[in-house]
Amino acid sequence: MSYAYYPGCSLTHSAEPYDLSTRAICEAFGLALAEIDDWNCCGATEYISINKAGAYGLVGRNLALASEQEGVRELVAPCSACYLNLRKVDHNMGVYPSIEAMTNYALAAGGLHYTPGSLHIRHLLDVVVEDVGYDAIAAKVVRKLDGLRLAPYYGCLIVRPQINGGTADPEYPTHLDRLLMTIGAEVVDFPLKTHCCGGHMSQISAETAYELIRHLLQNAADYDADAIVCACPMCQFNLDAFQSQVNRHFGTDYNIPVLYFTQMIGLALGMEAEELGIGREVVAADAALAKIGSAVPEVAAPRRPRRDDKALPMPRRREEV
Amino acid sequence: MHDPKSTGSFLSEVIATTPGAETLITCLQCGTCGGSCPSGPDMDYTPRQLFAMINAGMRDEVLRSNTPWYCVACYYCMVRCPKDIPITDLMYSLKRIAVREKLYDDRDAPDWSTSFIGYVETNGRSFEFGLATRYHLTHSPLKKVGVGPLAFELFSRDRMALTADRIRGIDQLRMILDRAKSLEAV
Repeated sequence: MSYAYYPGCSLTHSAEPYDLSTRAICEAFGLALAEIDDWNCCGATEYISINKAGAYGLVGRNLALASEQEGVRELVAPCSACYLNLRKVDHNMGVYPSIEAMTNYALAAGGLHYTPGSLHIRHLLDVVVEDVGYDAIAAKVVRKLDGLRLAPYYGCLIVRPQINGGTADPEYPTHLDRLLMTIGAEVVDFPLKTHCCGGHMSQISAETAYELIRHLLQNAADYDADAIVCACPMCQFNLDAFQSQVNRHFGTDYNIPVLYFTQMIGLALGMEAEELGIGREVVAADAALAKIGSAVPEVAAPRRPRRDDKALPMPRRREEV
Repeated sequence: MHDPKSTGSFLSEVIATTPGAETLITCLQCGTCGGSCPSGPDMDYTPRQLFAMINAGMRDEVLRSNTPWYCVACYYCMVRCPKDIPITDLMYSLKRIAVREKLYDDRDAPDWSTSFIGYVETNGRSFEFGLATRYHLTHSPLKKVGVGPLAFELFSRDRMALTADRIRGIDQLRMILDRAKSLEAV
């Protein structure tokens, strides 16, 4: 199967491990990802808070570019917020003629057009579960995640709001649970599995977010989870990067690594932690990985050259003679 | 007293800018929305109260309330609403009207959104480092003691770029956004 791939801004930097592990497992499953050429930001929850027509034009450009790709009908996004924005614009353009007219009027200024319904917009988790399927995944497992207790964290936007016929329960879905069981993990009960991570509140009203993050961490701790497994870069960021601040704020001592479901699948398929971007989380995953005989690699950061070879070289100290 | 359903009322203004919001007039005042809301305790008014106020034409009080700005867009209220009111989308609409008319008391959330889209309009992509530094240095920086160490943690794990990425088609995107804004749709 061939998919237009929309990584979204987070996956280029703060959630790059999600991008690496997504590409790695899709290749292993024979899912061909064709990244949308020159895609732009989806606007997150911010653009629609300021300007409606602009928000639709922003997302519309991505849909128009994707639908121009040869032979592609399916569009996959690993980020839950991007997924919802793409899906919502396609859906609303199809249902409300005034929105379709507004969006295409804006797109025409850039020489683009999008016909609603020409793409089937899906979250990566749904693609893995539905198009690859549990049996085919199980058949590829070479390292069962035996003894690893995982809390399946869906977050909000994979299952809510229910537009375009989403099939999972909006409050208590189970497909990520089943997926993690398929790769041999022990899935703990996680009653808050679709509760909010705080979204952008971690930036603008930290105490509101800390409270929500604390609930989720406490819930995972109550069930002795070795790790929380998520499917959204915002969820990962809030639970991982803000965990120490939550601890300071509430006097708690949570120490729960937060990994992506794609990383867990990659480990089960026998891939190395490093190629899955493991080791770049703030809360170290050593203890969890040791349980399945894998290790967190040392990360020498930053690894990519940030300048091209025409730039001046970095001054170095002369070697001692 | 004017008829809240007449054209020109605040209620019709809010409905007109929100896809599928005609159902707002059927609000039962059951309170399921507020009861489902993770940030309800921080809000001036719960969504249920806000909808009664919209119906009553209390334009200024509604637009000045912090309620929409505390919405985390989790959509719990929306999937639970017995009358299928697109509550989250209504919150976005209220934010847009409040921003257009500069009717908000606490600048933090509107400033965050505005800074975010500023980078998107300049580069076509979001820019986490620029956004975080610009925003946190201008909004109660002394209360943000944890932000510096966090930025360092992320940088040391190669999860934060210090320069922005720019798309090739930025001119095309700006033409699209300029045309969109000319519609003055809120």
